[in-house]
Amino acid sequence: MTAQMSLLLACFVAAIWLIALPLGRWLAVIASGCPPLFAGAERTLLSLCGVRGEEQGWRAYAGALLLFNALGIIVLFALLRLQHLLPLNPQGFSALAPDLALNTAVSFVTNTNWQAYGGESTMSHLSQMLGLAVQNFLSAATGIAVAFALMRSFARSGAAGIGNFWVDLLRTTLYLLLPLSLIIALFFVSQGVIQNFSPDLTVKLLEPQLLADGGVRGSQTLAMGPVASQEAIKMLGTNGGGFMNANSAHPFENPSAWTNVAQMLAIFALPAGLCMAFGHLVGDRRQGWALLAAMTLLFVAAVGVIASQEQGGNPHFAALGVDQAAGALQSGGNMEGKEARFGIAASALFAAITTAASCGAVNTMHASLMPLSGGVALLLMQLGEVVFGGVGSGLYGMLMFAVLAVFVAGLMTGRTPEYLGKKITPPEMKRVSIALLVTPLLVLLGTAVAAGSEAGRAGLLNPGAAGFSEMLYAYSSAANNNGSAFAGLSANTPFYNLTLALAMLLGRFAVIVPVLSLAGALAARVRARRDEAGLQSAALPTHGPVFVLLLVLTVVLVGALTYLPSLALGPLVEHLNLSAALRSPQ
Amino acid sequence: MTTPASSRAVRTPLFDPLLVRGAVRDALVKLNPAAQWRNPVMFTVWLCAALISVLWVQALTGNGEAPAWFIGANALWLWFTVLFANFAEALAEGRSKAQAASLRSLQQRGSAKKLRAPRHDAPRDSVDMMALRVGDVVLIEAGDLVPCDGEVIQGAASVDESAITGESAPVIREAGGDFSSVTGGTRVLSDWLVVRCTVNPGDSFLDRMIAMVEGARRRRTPNEVALALLLVSLTLVFLMATATLLPFSIFAVQAGGQGSPVTVTALVALLVCLIPTTIGGLLSAIGVAGMSRMLGANVIATSGRAVEAAGDVDVLLLDKTGTITLGNRQAAAFLPAPGVSEQALADAAQLASLADETPEGRSIVVLAKQKFALRERQLLSHDASFVPFTAQTRMSGVNWAGRQIRKGAAEAVRRHVESLGGRYAEDVAQQVEDVARRGSTPLVVADGAQVLGVVELKDIVKGGMRERFAELRRMGIRTVMITGDNPMTAAAIAAEAGVDDVLAEATPEAKLALIRRYQAEGRMVAMTGDGTNDAPALAQADVAVAMNSGTQAAKEAGNMVDLDSNPTKLIEVVEIGKQMLMTRGALTTFSLSNDVAKYFAILPAAFATTCPQLSALDLMHLNSAQSAILSAVMFNALIIVALIPLALRGVRYRPLGTSALLRRNGLIYGLGGLLLPFAGIKLIDIALGALNLV
Repeated sequence: MTAQMSLLLACFVAAIWLIALPLGRWLAVIASGCPPLFAGAERTLLSLCGVRGEEQGWRAYAGALLLFNALGIIVLFALLRLQHLLPLNPQGFSALAPDLALNTAVSFVTNTNWQAYGGESTMSHLSQMLGLAVQNFLSAATGIAVAFALMRSFARSGAAGIGNFWVDLLRTTLYLLLPLSLIIALFFVSQGVIQNFSPDLTVKLLEPQLLADGGVRGSQTLAMGPVASQEAIKMLGTNGGGFMNANSAHPFENPSAWTNVAQMLAIFALPAGLCMAFGHLVGDRRQGWALLAAMTLLFVAAVGVIASQEQGGNPHFAALGVDQAAGALQSGGNMEGKEARFGIAASALFAAITTAASCGAVNTMHASLMPLSGGVALLLMQLGEVVFGGVGSGLYGMLMFAVLAVFVAGLMTGRTPEYLGKKITPPEMKRVSIALLVTPLLVLLGTAVAAGSEAGRAGLLNPGAAGFSEMLYAYSSAANNNGSAFAGLSANTPFYNLTLALAMLLGRFAVIVPVLSLAGALAARVRARRDEAGLQSAALPTHGPVFVLLLVLTVVLVGALTYLPSLALGPLVEHLNLSAALRSPQ
Repeated sequence: MTTPASSRAVRTPLFDPLLVRGAVRDALVKLNPAAQWRNPVMFTVWLCAALISVLWVQALTGNGEAPAWFIGANALWLWFTVLFANFAEALAEGRSKAQAASLRSLQQRGSAKKLRAPRHDAPRDSVDMMALRVGDVVLIEAGDLVPCDGEVIQGAASVDESAITGESAPVIREAGGDFSSVTGGTRVLSDWLVVRCTVNPGDSFLDRMIAMVEGARRRRTPNEVALALLLVSLTLVFLMATATLLPFSIFAVQAGGQGSPVTVTALVALLVCLIPTTIGGLLSAIGVAGMSRMLGANVIATSGRAVEAAGDVDVLLLDKTGTITLGNRQAAAFLPAPGVSEQALADAAQLASLADETPEGRSIVVLAKQKFALRERQLLSHDASFVPFTAQTRMSGVNWAGRQIRKGAAEAVRRHVESLGGRYAEDVAQQVEDVARRGSTPLVVADGAQVLGVVELKDIVKGGMRERFAELRRMGIRTVMITGDNPMTAAAIAAEAGVDDVLAEATPEAKLALIRRYQAEGRMVAMTGDGTNDAPALAQADVAVAMNSGTQAAKEAGNMVDLDSNPTKLIEVVEIGKQMLMTRGALTTFSLSNDVAKYFAILPAAFATTCPQLSALDLMHLNSAQSAILSAVMFNALIIVALIPLALRGVRYRPLGTSALLRRNGLIYGLGGLLLPFAGIKLIDIALGALNLV
């Protein structure tokens, strides 16, 4: 890694930890009740919606959540199918095909934001604002609500309820996502992110472009729209669905170095803040620090690999004598698919952040990453999006691993395992196992079906190992609700639209339901108090470096053991091919 | 306390030839898929072995996917994997059965003297022991076997319970009180007892113990179930990871245009190596061995759940008397009356105690000897007559050489002295009060009508208890002393013994309330008890060890019975419980860490033709692809056998504190489990190569 890269990474991590402190406190306030200032307004709003806000058991909570999200899919699907009839469609885009509309609806409701379409050439302004941006808020709020429910269940003792979904949804949206998005959007606008309802602009090129057929192109079409308002929540809610096809590589979405930093910070802010909030809620802030430390360790290691691989450059170019060294005039390294204005450091960091968190926004094309970097990006998603992860889903995913780590380690110390004073018994293990099983099954089965079917192979751009990586990446991204894509896969086919929609749907809700069920089981359990002075606790401490290391190893071991064969066949073979090609010059 | 019988189980060698022979036979019997179904991990291996066997037959006919010898060898070792796991379980069960058999041999058939009325002198019939029913009353005389578990309703007798407890000293059983229960299979040595049977034959305490040990009623414990769930999930994940490799490799062959898809044999080998066969194969053996270890410590647990709960105990309630302090008080000081020398008092007290065989009496003799070198005198040659203790006089003593020496409770001695016209000094009364306030017991000594002084009898904390409690504290277990003493006395003894807390003036209700309070805080409570009034508390406690010498009610309420009736045993019980959990955890970690090396062995081998680049993963530089796969499979099977001793003996427990324990076991079984298979697989590969087998 270059000095610039190290400095950037260090500053970024420090900034995230600093942001997490106040944010965590605020999240804890929202999770435990209504902020006093808003009590009157909230009561009025809730009664208008006919919500009494009583405590719900996990079944009622999950029922409300599923109902709400099902409605979200239906409304968004209808909106996309009818967009040609609706206003704010200056380009006159036609309705989306049913399979694409379904895929997109599921994608945005599940916080995945997998995009099988190009935004500026498919979506009307209304679809972007009323459909996609709204779901950006609601899917993020849904994730946070689940995290709240699980956090509360650890804090409670012998309780029947885990909270109220409608109340959580309202508070998260109103007191957290909306105000923060507003501030971030205003900052984006100040930096040059566009925000308008104009039709596409045609501008005269300063320097006409000579075309291959001898013709001359004198003008260019620029897509317009309400970008800034959507951009803020796209990052903050780890959604990642870009207004433009080029996503955050597009200058109208991400115009400057400052917006780039702001975007990266916005992605990690809530996942990090939720760790802190967890500490507040369970009454021991060290518990939150431990989770954040484990996430940070995994993240820094991933950035290390990606940055050094990208900075190392492409050996094929090196063989041709191309200068790939970093210098004053160039950032060097593998610049394929990257924006020159971001260079290696900001691109590599962004790639790690967007795959670690289940954001999926990109400022660099992941298919053009070096094979091992792509492998790390894949692995970050395949770990289950727990390295910061999605808003809410990152925390509850990591807590599943924490329970698993505590289970095996607790047994090793000769006690029935216990996390935060809650015994881990068969009912808990059953739910944790299901939650951890879902995504590997979806990823592996999905990739196998695609690799084994004509329809699946038809979408591949690259042959061989790279093609395999494209499929593996698509299903890893969808099932883990990341949404980033390895460019190269033509995903807008009925086969991919439908199978990926299924993967996204199950990857989201087949995890959420067992997690909520776990919350119900945990809330009902008596929480053992162990804060007595003078008596060393017999339960495994879950706040020290030993536990952090244990958690990291558990995540890596489970992920590696599950995906090593498929990663070997994709990125690893590609990497070995690359070095082999150089050893035997043709 | 010595527990000769406790060595009974431990001394059985781990691989006793007789047991091994039986276990080998049982291992083959257990190949029946109906028996495998209970263990999903091993059932998966069974299916894999069957599948590979079919492929082998196909290869023999000439159209196999790989050489027949290779598929055959794989099939053979997969069957071995199943057999080794079966063997581990069968061996653990065999050892338990051997223990059960030695208990069963106690059950001798014979006749019993059944009484027609619950009186000693009622007419009696001779009936077969097995014909007795609940409520029947029997007479048991010196030399008779006790025919059933029961309650003494008349009489008192010394009973030899060594058959069950291994304790050779006979114990007294008598009607009423806490020593009124007798156990079938023990023998009355003197006097007689009238006993009412409390259980039917075949349903006696011993029978239930045996039934349980024989595994007939072994149910999986909560932790075992939770772990099994995890193992099933892992098996599913690995099934997916390996099964999907087939389409992946077909794709790779099509895309790369070289090689042939991975063989089913290689995939199945990979699957079996990855799924947690080590812990899966040994899981049930660990459970059986845990119960068996309890039995080795002469504790009968009524369920595996109880054994497991013992490992989780947070709070130990310990009775003061007999557990923390020696059962009997001991003389600690001679406090002479005014005008009497301490030596004169000691001399008189010793004389009065020479014939007193109670521990208190012995302790007075010993103290006098220590303090003033007063030798025990042989009084029998003189015309000494001993005055035994009676409930009426509440004194004992000796008449010797014209002296009438008495010792006894203050009030009794005062009456005695005053009846002889002597004066009971105020100072003595004051001393008596002081001693009582210190929590000790005063004994007043008188010579004729003259009061000589007071002997202080003190509670003596057992040797080593302080260290044990410190050890328990390091284990994170809180100790609470239960005593009927007043709070001041209790606090003094608690401080001396080093317990964390004390419940003074304890009533059965107070005990029960204390247990409930701890449980409401989410703590697991363990206690021992023997009396009927302990029963409610025993029933409430999570781990309740009843003394075998205790009443039937106490034994029914508890979930463990200590045959040695040793209250300190609770600590051992906790350690055995912890050992069982640790063994499971350690082997699970080991099993998972092993997978890393197996991937490095099998992946490059399985894709040798499709993706030859992956040979970069072949860190061990194994002989050939076939040797690599076979070595990994063989390692996977052999490690089960290698770990059988660990599964049966259990990972050694050290009271280190949770974090230290985790670091230690994590290093040994985690890191060790990561590295060992690299060496193991390489060694097997070298051996196969050296023998020219591959």
